[in-house]
Amino acid sequence: MKQNFVFLFLCCVWLLSACKPDPSISPEEEITFSVPEGWPQPVYKFENNTLSKAGFELGRKLFFDTRLSRDNSIACGSCHQPFAAFSQFDHDVSHGVDNKLGIRNSPALFNLNWHSSYFWDGGVVHIENQPLNPIQNPVEMDEKLENIIAKLRSDNYYSTKFKEVFGDETINSQRIFKALAQFMGMLVSSNSKYDHFVRNEEGGEMTSMELNGLNIYREKCAACHREPLFSDFSYRNNGLTPSASNDSGRARITLDANDLYKFKVPSLRNLKYSAPYMHDGRFRTLSDALNHYTSGIHASPTLDPLLQNGIQLTAQEKSDLLAFLNTLNDESFVKDKRFQEVQ
Amino acid sequence: MKRFFLFSLAILMLGACRKKEDPAAPAPTGPAKVTVSFENVAGSQPLVLDSVWYRNANGDSVKVSEYKYYISNVVLESDNTKYNEEESYHLIDQRDDNSKVFELKDIPEKTYNKISFMVGVDSRHNTAGAQTGALDPIHGMFWDWNQGYIMAKMEGYSPQSPIGGRISYHIAGFKGEYSVLVNVTLNLPQPLIVKEGSIHNIHLKADMLEWFKTPSTVSINQTSVVGAVGPDALRFANNYADMFSVDHID
Repeated sequence: MKQNFVFLFLCCVWLLSACKPDPSISPEEEITFSVPEGWPQPVYKFENNTLSKAGFELGRKLFFDTRLSRDNSIACGSCHQPFAAFSQFDHDVSHGVDNKLGIRNSPALFNLNWHSSYFWDGGVVHIENQPLNPIQNPVEMDEKLENIIAKLRSDNYYSTKFKEVFGDETINSQRIFKALAQFMGMLVSSNSKYDHFVRNEEGGEMTSMELNGLNIYREKCAACHREPLFSDFSYRNNGLTPSASNDSGRARITLDANDLYKFKVPSLRNLKYSAPYMHDGRFRTLSDALNHYTSGIHASPTLDPLLQNGIQLTAQEKSDLLAFLNTLNDESFVKDKRFQEVQ
Repeated sequence: MKRFFLFSLAILMLGACRKKEDPAAPAPTGPAKVTVSFENVAGSQPLVLDSVWYRNANGDSVKVSEYKYYISNVVLESDNTKYNEEESYHLIDQRDDNSKVFELKDIPEKTYNKISFMVGVDSRHNTAGAQTGALDPIHGMFWDWNQGYIMAKMEGYSPQSPIGGRISYHIAGFKGEYSVLVNVTLNLPQPLIVKEGSIHNIHLKADMLEWFKTPSTVSINQTSVVGAVGPDALRFANNYADMFSVDHID
């Protein structure tokens, strides 16, 4: 038995060195999706899109492939970088082809299967339909589906991989989107210090400052940033002065004046990696963001009722809150080898 | 071309029927075949893209460069039963003759007297994730920023348009008060008898000028672009809801 194991191990080592398989995923590491303990059921459960290792790998390849843009310069991963929790490092707004700038901050991507809508305005309601928007947007990737399909068809990697995943070599938009959804849906971040704390696991010991911060959060922030995903995925006007582009937010989708300047509530997870903050990236630091809630609320007819008087926080409470927010950073997520670009 | 083919088939069939009078000849066999074809017209004229000017009910001149619409959930009705086409999604594209004819498969052998369908894509398929075939977003009929299908699209020119003589009507919206989904039911001019070996085509006409006519006359000067869900889109949908008629059955 033991001998067998050693033999198998040696085989594996040989395999690794001889065939140079995908270095990020060891052969025995399977791609499976599971709902973290205590979390609600996700909205998207890979219905009609059987999750597989090959499908995930294909999605990852597509996610980091610049050929999805008109001039082959921008990939999904350009504005959604793994080390930035899949937001764009140091960019207030997204940076697309021909150095064009969007009007909104690239949102961090994780726990997407729990979202019931996508984008700051919630204009898209299915994860498989999400990538079409940045692909076709003239200030993002500005590419046509037929061109992408033609580019992918000329690459043997893709013919082989689409066949492995879908049974034949056909490349069409549906398959591209399903593969991307497999990769994006697998981006689950649930191993922050906070997660260990609530699961009573090792590494979850909170300091008294962090615990104070947790209590302040639960009292003053949790109505919108609800545990465990740290968002209720609603649209709210959080009192920002309208941006230079006068982005109307949710109202652009609903055409309802009651939705003017409302944006989807972002998660508070992984904030350490995903600065700057807000839908237009106007705040570079979390202190700036907290100061907005204590003293920067701009009154307007659609201002969220919960923010009519801002949020009262003492200097100490702010420090405690920042300490707690720091426990929501998931180092293992941003460093997860499965989620990095494979050269 | 397709029409000619169907016509030929019809002739063949007639020939077969005549033979049937001869007791020695075999009855026509094989599964029944029913196709539905759409002929886009402008009033009494055929609709020709890019070159012909038409006059709408408001007296405005219109030239069309792109004209597409979805037909879905096709149903044939008999007195006591219904045939529902499976995966019933068709994009009628004036530029593509093949798109204007489709076959209804596996029809039970009965006599039908009505055809009904939806103009547009039912709400469920607007939010069901990545689709293919007629519903592939590659056809330019899917909004990526405010998710949902463009149910019908007309683009072209009009000297009455204040925006450089261009018109662009993208009719979308699948829910709520501004849903543009319309159901059309048409009586067949004669009973459609589906039986073994029968071959039929239901020939529909769709009058583009109805977009601008009843119940609400559209002035191109006032409405030259529709690019959002809302009352303008709904107005066009209510107008084109009655543009279909069954011209004849082959």
